[in-house]
Amino acid sequence: MKIAVCVKHVPEGTTHARIDPQTKRLDRSGEGAINAFDTHAVEEALKIRDEQGGEVLVVSMGPPSAQDSVRKALAMGADGALLVSDEGAAGSDLVATTKALAAALEGEEPDLVLFGQQSSDSDGAVLWAAVADRLRRPVISQAAELTVNDGKVTGKRQTEFGYDTIEAPLPAVVAVSDAINEPRYPSLKGIMGARSKPQRTVSVSELGVGDDEVGEAGSRTLVQALNDPPPRGETVKIEDDGSAAEKVVEYLAERKLV
Amino acid sequence: MATAVFLEHHEGELLKPSLGVLSKTAELGGDVAGVVLGSGVRELAAGAGAYGAAKVYVADKPELERPMPQPRVDALAKLVREKAIDTVLFAASVLSADVAAGLSARLGAGLNWDLTDLVQQDGSLVGKRPALGDSVYVDVGWSAEPRLALIRAGTFEPKESGGDAEVEEFDLEFEDFSLLATMLEQAHAESEGPSIEEADVIVAGGRGLGSPDNFKLVEELAQALGGAVAATRAVVDAGWYPYATQVGQTGKTVSPKLYVACGISGAIQHKVGMQSAGTIVAINKDPNAPIFEFCDLGVVGDLHEIVPKLTELVRSRKS
Amino acid sequence: MTRPADYPPPFNPRGYVVGPSDPPEERIDVGVLIVGGGPAGLACAIRLGQLLEENPELAERLGDVPIAVLEKGKGVGAHLVSGAVVNPRGLRRLFRGRDVRIEDAPWYGRVEHETVYFLTAGTALKVPTPPTMRNDGNFVASLSQLSRWLAEHAEAGGAMILPETAAEKLLVTGARTVGVRTGDKGRGRDGEPLPNFEPGSDVTAKVTVLAEGTQGHLTGIAIDQFGLAGENPQVWALGVKEVWKVRRPLDRVIHTLGWPLRGGRKYREFGGSFIYPMGADMVTLGMVVGLDYRDAELSVHDLLQELKTHRLVRRILAGGERVGWGAKTIPEGGFLAFPYRFHAPGLLLCGDGVGLVNVPALKGIHYAIESGRLAAEAAVAALQPGRTPWTPGALASYDEALRKTYIWKDLERVRNMRPAFGHGLVLGGAVAGAATTSFGKLPPRDLHTEPDAAHSLFRTTRSRRYPAPDGKLTFDKLSSVYLSGNKTRDDAPNHVKVQTEVPEEVALMWERMCPAQVYEAKDGGVEVTASNCVQCGAITAKGGRLTPPEGGSGPEYTLT
Repeated sequence: MKIAVCVKHVPEGTTHARIDPQTKRLDRSGEGAINAFDTHAVEEALKIRDEQGGEVLVVSMGPPSAQDSVRKALAMGADGALLVSDEGAAGSDLVATTKALAAALEGEEPDLVLFGQQSSDSDGAVLWAAVADRLRRPVISQAAELTVNDGKVTGKRQTEFGYDTIEAPLPAVVAVSDAINEPRYPSLKGIMGARSKPQRTVSVSELGVGDDEVGEAGSRTLVQALNDPPPRGETVKIEDDGSAAEKVVEYLAERKLV
Repeated sequence: MATAVFLEHHEGELLKPSLGVLSKTAELGGDVAGVVLGSGVRELAAGAGAYGAAKVYVADKPELERPMPQPRVDALAKLVREKAIDTVLFAASVLSADVAAGLSARLGAGLNWDLTDLVQQDGSLVGKRPALGDSVYVDVGWSAEPRLALIRAGTFEPKESGGDAEVEEFDLEFEDFSLLATMLEQAHAESEGPSIEEADVIVAGGRGLGSPDNFKLVEELAQALGGAVAATRAVVDAGWYPYATQVGQTGKTVSPKLYVACGISGAIQHKVGMQSAGTIVAINKDPNAPIFEFCDLGVVGDLHEIVPKLTELVRSRKS
Repeated sequence: MTRPADYPPPFNPRGYVVGPSDPPEERIDVGVLIVGGGPAGLACAIRLGQLLEENPELAERLGDVPIAVLEKGKGVGAHLVSGAVVNPRGLRRLFRGRDVRIEDAPWYGRVEHETVYFLTAGTALKVPTPPTMRNDGNFVASLSQLSRWLAEHAEAGGAMILPETAAEKLLVTGARTVGVRTGDKGRGRDGEPLPNFEPGSDVTAKVTVLAEGTQGHLTGIAIDQFGLAGENPQVWALGVKEVWKVRRPLDRVIHTLGWPLRGGRKYREFGGSFIYPMGADMVTLGMVVGLDYRDAELSVHDLLQELKTHRLVRRILAGGERVGWGAKTIPEGGFLAFPYRFHAPGLLLCGDGVGLVNVPALKGIHYAIESGRLAAEAAVAALQPGRTPWTPGALASYDEALRKTYIWKDLERVRNMRPAFGHGLVLGGAVAGAATTSFGKLPPRDLHTEPDAAHSLFRTTRSRRYPAPDGKLTFDKLSSVYLSGNKTRDDAPNHVKVQTEVPEEVALMWERMCPAQVYEAKDGGVEVTASNCVQCGAITAKGGRLTPPEGGSGPEYTLT
C-alpha cells in the first residue's frame, strides 16, 4: 500500500511568529518546525504501513527550509519524500496551493493520502477537502480512529454532535484529528538515517502546473491590511460585598449569556 | 452582491450559527439567498425567510440525506454557476469546512476562513480575522469572484426580521466520486455535555479553589450554565482534575462564548489557551491577579461563597 | 545556621556511568562524538572537518559518521544564553587560511565605545574602565545565533548534528570512555513508559568530547568518575538577561557595578550588569550575580527588573519592547577551580564545562572555541595509525596544548580576582587592582573558594523592593519563561533533583533564586514544577542537582 502524508513546515511557536508588514505574508524566514498536527498524520501512516506493509511518502510544499520538517517525518520512519519547492509558489493561497499539491499527489498515485487536522500558522482546516476535490476522490475529515482493509478505509469522524462512521473505497483522502494517536519519537538511528532516504525536490513546472496558477498570480484571496487586535473593552472590576453573584448574573443576562 | 448562505441543519432544525450568518448577510445588502440541502427538508427551508433570506434554494435528494460534504459541493457548484452567485458564506463546522474547501477547488474560488466579521469597505467585501494566536487582526479580501468565506461559529446572532422567503427547488446530477464515501452510522447530539473544544460555556478551576474537592463548585456551575469544566496546569499537575480538561499553552486552546475562571491567576501560559473567549469572567480573591488585566468582568472576592450563589441564581433563572 | 549544602540532593553520580547495554548491532558507532552544540563543540567539529579533509585515510577509518554532535535543545542555539561581546581571536584562529570571513558571522556591530558605571539608586557615576574589561576590536553577538552560523560550517565540513538528543549517561569500560547513552523519550511523571516510549541509544565513539557548557552534566559525572577534580570547587554566577527592541540606538557597551547589589561583606553579592547594543534597533541587558550570595530573598530576575527602573536604563529602553529573555549560570572559579586534568582515556573536556571563563573580562566564548579546536587536534593526533586514544596519556597533548595557550596565561593572571570579591566590594576591588597591576603576582598566596551552597543563609526584607511587574518595563517570571519559548510537556519526569523536605529558608531561597519559578516554598518544604525549568543550572550551585530532561524540551532561545 502506498500512503502519502502531507506535512507543512510552519514558523516555530507563537512567541516568534510574525506577519511581515510589507508583504503581508507570514514571515517564514526564521526557525520553523513540522506542524504539530501533521505528526499525528505521519504516525497514523506509519502504523498502517507497519501493520499492512507498503511505503509511506512524505509530501510537502514550501521553501527549502521545509526540508527540516520533511526530515523529521523521515526520521519518524517514512520511506521517502517529495518536496515541492518553488519561489514562484510563495504567497499561494488555498486555490494555488492545492493546485500544486494535487498535481504532486496525482503523479505519485497513492492509495491513501493523509493530512493533519489543521495548520498552526493559518488555523485552516480546509486543505484536504480541496485536494480531494481536485483528485476526484472521496474524503473523510477529523478522523479520530481509522482502519484500512480490503481496499476500503473506515474512519470515525469527530463532529460537533459526536462521532460518525464513514467508509470510503481507496484511493481516498483522510484528515486525522490529534486525538487519533500519540506520535512516536524518532529513534536516534531514525534521525541519522533520514538523510540517506530518497528525497526529491520539484518545481511547479515539473508538475505541469503553470506559473500563473501558483503564488499571488494563482491566488484568489489576498491580505489587505494588518491591524492591532480590537481592544477587549474596559474590564469591569467589582469587589464582593455580598452581592457579587447577583451582579455577575445581571452582567451575563445583559449579554444574553444566561 | 448575490450571496448564498449555506444553511446547515441537524435533526430537523436549522443551526443557529448558519442563521446568524444569514442575518448578517441580510444587513450587508444585495440579493440574499439561503441554501438548504438534504432529504425531506422542504419544510425546513421556508423557515429561513424569517432570518433575512429573500429566497431559499432547496435540493431535496436521497444522496444528500447524510451530512456528507462532497455531494453538497456538487449542489453548490451548480447553483453558483446557474444563478450567477458571487458570494457563498458558511458558518464554520466540520461539515461546512469540507464543503467550502471542496467548492473552492471546484470553482477555483478564493476561500477565507476563521472570519470574525464581514464588512463592506471601499466598495468591496472585506473579511476580518484574528491570526497568530489573536496577536494580530487581518483584513482579508478576494481578487476574483465567486468569493467564499467560512465564518467562525457563533460570531453572528440570528435576528428575526420577519418575512417569508421564496423557496425554489433545484435538481442536480452528482459526480461519481462524490458518492463514493458512505456514512455507516451517524452521530446524534450527546447528552453527556459538550467537550471543552466545542462548548459555548466553560467554567474553569485553578489553584485558588484550595482543594480538589472544591471542583464540585466548578462542576455545578458548569452544569447550571450548560457548559464544560476546564482546569489549569497547576491543578492538573497536582492531580485534581484530568489532563484532558487542561486549558493553556501545553493543554487545549478554547474560544467559548463565555469563560468563567474560578481561582485562576491568569499567568500567560493559561491565558494563551483561552484569551479569545467571547466574554471572560474572573473570580479571584487576589486583586493583583494578572487575570484582572484581560478579563471582561473581574470579581475580587471569595469564590467559595460567590460560585455556589451564582449557581443557584443561574438555576432559578432557567426554571 | 542554615546551609543549602546540608540538604544534598538525591543524586548519585555513579548511577550515570554504565557499560554499553544495547546489543552490538543496535549501537550507533561514530568516529568522534561531541556532546554539546555550543561554541566549544562546534569549533571542535569544524576543526575535525578541516583535519579529516587533509587526512582522508583517517576519515575513512572513522566510518559513516566521522563527526557527530549531540545537542539536547530543540535546535542549535536553543539553550544558549550569553551577553555577548566576543573576542574574535578564537574564530580567526579556527578559520585561519580558510575561505571564511569572520566578518560574515551574524554580528551586531563592533564595540566602539564603552563605559563602566557605579550605580546608586539615583545616580550613575562613571568609573574608569578596568584594564581587564577593554573591548576594542570585539564584536557584539547573540550566542544563540552565532552558534547556528557555526553549525552551518560544521555541517559543511562533514559533521552530523543531532538535536533533541540528551546525553544522559557516560559509557565506560574499565577506565576508558567509549561513548554516551542518550536519554529516553516518552516517560511519564513517575518514570513509567508512555505509549510512545522510545528508549535512548548507546552511541559509541573512538573519542568523546564533552562540550556541554556550564554545569555540564556528563562533565561533572566524568570529573567525579575519573578523579579529575582540582583543588578548589567550582563556583557559579547566575545571569538573567533580556533582549529589547528600542527606539534610539545605543552607541556604547555599558557595564555597571553597585546598585541594586549590596556591597557589604556579609551579603556576598558579587556581580553587576551589562547593557550591549545589538545593531541600531535592539539592546540586550542582563544582571549577573555570584551564587555565593547569602540573603534567601535574593532574586536575580527581580534584580534585573529593578535595574531597569534606574534612570540610566529607563532612558535606554524608553518606548521599546521586550522581545527576548533568558537565564544561565556562568562558571566563576577560574584558574583555581580547573580540574587537575582535562582528559581521560578516550575523553576530552572543553569550554565552560571546565570553567574556561575570564570572569573580570566577562569572556569565555573565544576560550571555548580555542579549547574545542585544540581538542580536535589532540583527538586526531591520538587517532593516527599505530596509536589509540584510550591508552593513558594518549590525549595528554590536549592538556599540554591548553597550558601553552593564552587561555592559560589569561586565567592564571586573574585567578584571585573573583575570590577577592568574596571579601566585599571595596577590599575585593583593591585586591583585583593589585592583581591586575602585578600581572597576577599579587596576592602572594592563592585565595580559596568554598562551594556556593556552603554559605549560610539569612533572610532580609529585600523582596519588598522588587518592582511589581507592570507588563511594559518590568515582567514576572512566568511570562518570561513563556518568552523563552519553553513548552516542555507537563507530564515529563522531574529532572531536577532536590530534597523536598527542607527548612523554610532553603525553600524560600530556591523560590527566589530560580528565574523560572520552578520552586515554591510550601509547609514543610518545597514543591517543584519541573516543566518551567529553563536549565540555567543555578540549582546545582545551590544545593540541588540539574540533570538533562528529555531531549528537545526546555527553552527555544533565538536572540539570546
